[in-house]
Amino acid sequence: MNKFKILVLILVSCLTFGCGAGGGDKKEEVVYVYSWGDYLDPEVLKIFEQETGVHVILDEYDTNESMYPRVAEGAVHYDVICPSDYMIQKLISNDLIQPLDFDKLPDAKKYIGEEFFKQAETFDPGNKYSVPYCWGTVGIIYDKTKVTDPVDSWNILWNEKYAGQILMQDSARDALMIPLKLMGKSLNETDTTVLAQAQNMLKQQKPLVQAYVVDEVKEKLINSEAAMGVVFSGEALNILEANPNMAFAIPKEGTNFWIDGWVITKDSKNVDNAHKFIDFMCRPDIAVINFDYLGYSTPNTAVRDLVEDEAVKNSPIAFPSPDDYKGQETYQYLGNKMDEYYNNLWMQVKVD
Amino acid sequence: MFSQSTRNLLLTPFLIWAGLFIFIPLIFIVWYGVTDYDGQFSLTNIALIFERGYLDALKLSIWLALISTVVCLLLAYPLCLILTERQRDNTTIISLLFILPLWMNSLLSTMAWQTILERNGIINQIMRLLSLPDLQMINTEGAIVLGMVYNFLPYMVLPLYIALTKIDRRILEAAQDLGANSWQTFWRVILPLSLPGAVSGITMVFIPALTTFVISALLGGGKLLLIGNIIEQEFTFQYDWHVGCALSVILMIFIVLNMILTTTFDNSHEEEPL
Repeated sequence: MNKFKILVLILVSCLTFGCGAGGGDKKEEVVYVYSWGDYLDPEVLKIFEQETGVHVILDEYDTNESMYPRVAEGAVHYDVICPSDYMIQKLISNDLIQPLDFDKLPDAKKYIGEEFFKQAETFDPGNKYSVPYCWGTVGIIYDKTKVTDPVDSWNILWNEKYAGQILMQDSARDALMIPLKLMGKSLNETDTTVLAQAQNMLKQQKPLVQAYVVDEVKEKLINSEAAMGVVFSGEALNILEANPNMAFAIPKEGTNFWIDGWVITKDSKNVDNAHKFIDFMCRPDIAVINFDYLGYSTPNTAVRDLVEDEAVKNSPIAFPSPDDYKGQETYQYLGNKMDEYYNNLWMQVKVD
Repeated sequence: MFSQSTRNLLLTPFLIWAGLFIFIPLIFIVWYGVTDYDGQFSLTNIALIFERGYLDALKLSIWLALISTVVCLLLAYPLCLILTERQRDNTTIISLLFILPLWMNSLLSTMAWQTILERNGIINQIMRLLSLPDLQMINTEGAIVLGMVYNFLPYMVLPLYIALTKIDRRILEAAQDLGANSWQTFWRVILPLSLPGAVSGITMVFIPALTTFVISALLGGGKLLLIGNIIEQEFTFQYDWHVGCALSVILMIFIVLNMILTTTFDNSHEEEPL
């Protein structure tokens, strides 16, 4: 059946691009990078091109799920991608990425923190396929002027006092993670009765929720549209900078410790350049430029000393203490069937 | 005007266009809708709509599209009546006012509504200035209907206006000569004669309102899913082309039904002698 899909994609892309893709075969050194939208400072690419002469062609995606089919169907041959933990595992299990040659990645070995490689083993056993690029947690950001109760547990999201003031993440895994953690279960739960309970909790919560959001969450909270919201730690940092009334908390029941990492595709035609690119991203002077631009926590151990802004340097959100993430779980790929199951549970909450 | 062969020649570009970009994609959609992952014929995708509660989303979509269409009709009809009775130079200004919204990107104007209706939006700030309680407007069915009416009203106004201007003034004068008062003239003469315009207006509002996903995503806060949102998510997020296509096919059935209804209306009217 996949062949048919490929055929459709080829047909459509030929029609739209006039089949001209195969033509311009210059002897130019290139690397095709497929990354999250706005996930690296464009300045960094210019430096890379100047230093190595390798031209970077960058495409962007906004969810792991929209990235996957493009890579799986091979519609475009990317060399380097930057998926999240569970998606890296899915790419490995479907044989779509190749083991890295760490001899070509000296900076990755030198500067990427031990504990991140260790956590990455949960989705990339033996650390063969990926180099961590950004990481973070998920927590609750809240308006100190509106929320009078202490925010230390996910159950505040079920508090009727804040009806219509709560923003939730619109994504199956991130939404179900919260009730699962509240019940003391794993965020990689596969027991369908437990998952059904978690779904029920979300259905009960729905009347209290103002909106299910993705990227809009930042703007809404900066404008004080809601009293609290579930956000990623990197987003939290941006919101805190823009709105001093806000505070960020990681609930005591535990949260998702996510890691996005660089990987090289199986059918990469520029394997050497891809390694060059990944190692370049691990160089401290480059990592700090990206960190300043993004605000997401970096696994690069040399970055903190290079940050000039004292407030950021000492921010417990940008550079959390190990207690904040030690022992936290990371999403794992649960197989296609389970993926579909999670998505359906979530869809039904929204349709309900 | 043209010979048969020239006519065929002139028609070819459109036929190629329609074949490549309308007919073939339609076949793909139906094909995906009635097959499963292994390419076997199966109706499970279509049956899913009853299992997953998607039927509620479809009902909600039809209901909101209906309300929007009725509101558009009620707003557009008096406006068009007044427009046709006015002098021409005046009407250009007024019709410009209604075509002008079409010049602005509809996504942009929907986002503008978002900031107007929000909790700390413009309306609520005015309410607070007047010491009135806040209104909960965003993320409601009402907000979605408002967005639909705002975006699709011009599509109702234009065909109605054209139908009304086509009515011969002498017919109205004749009605008055024969003793009809203005109410009777409206019910017995103007309304039936403007029906074709109203019918195409209804189609042009109902179908985009039924299939929209942008308006409901922006003004519904992800809590109110219309059938368009579900189709969009099946494709982009769940990556399930089969279910997505099956839902599209079901939606198409409703669109075709709507078109059959409207064309029978149109035809039955044209047969009436003037």
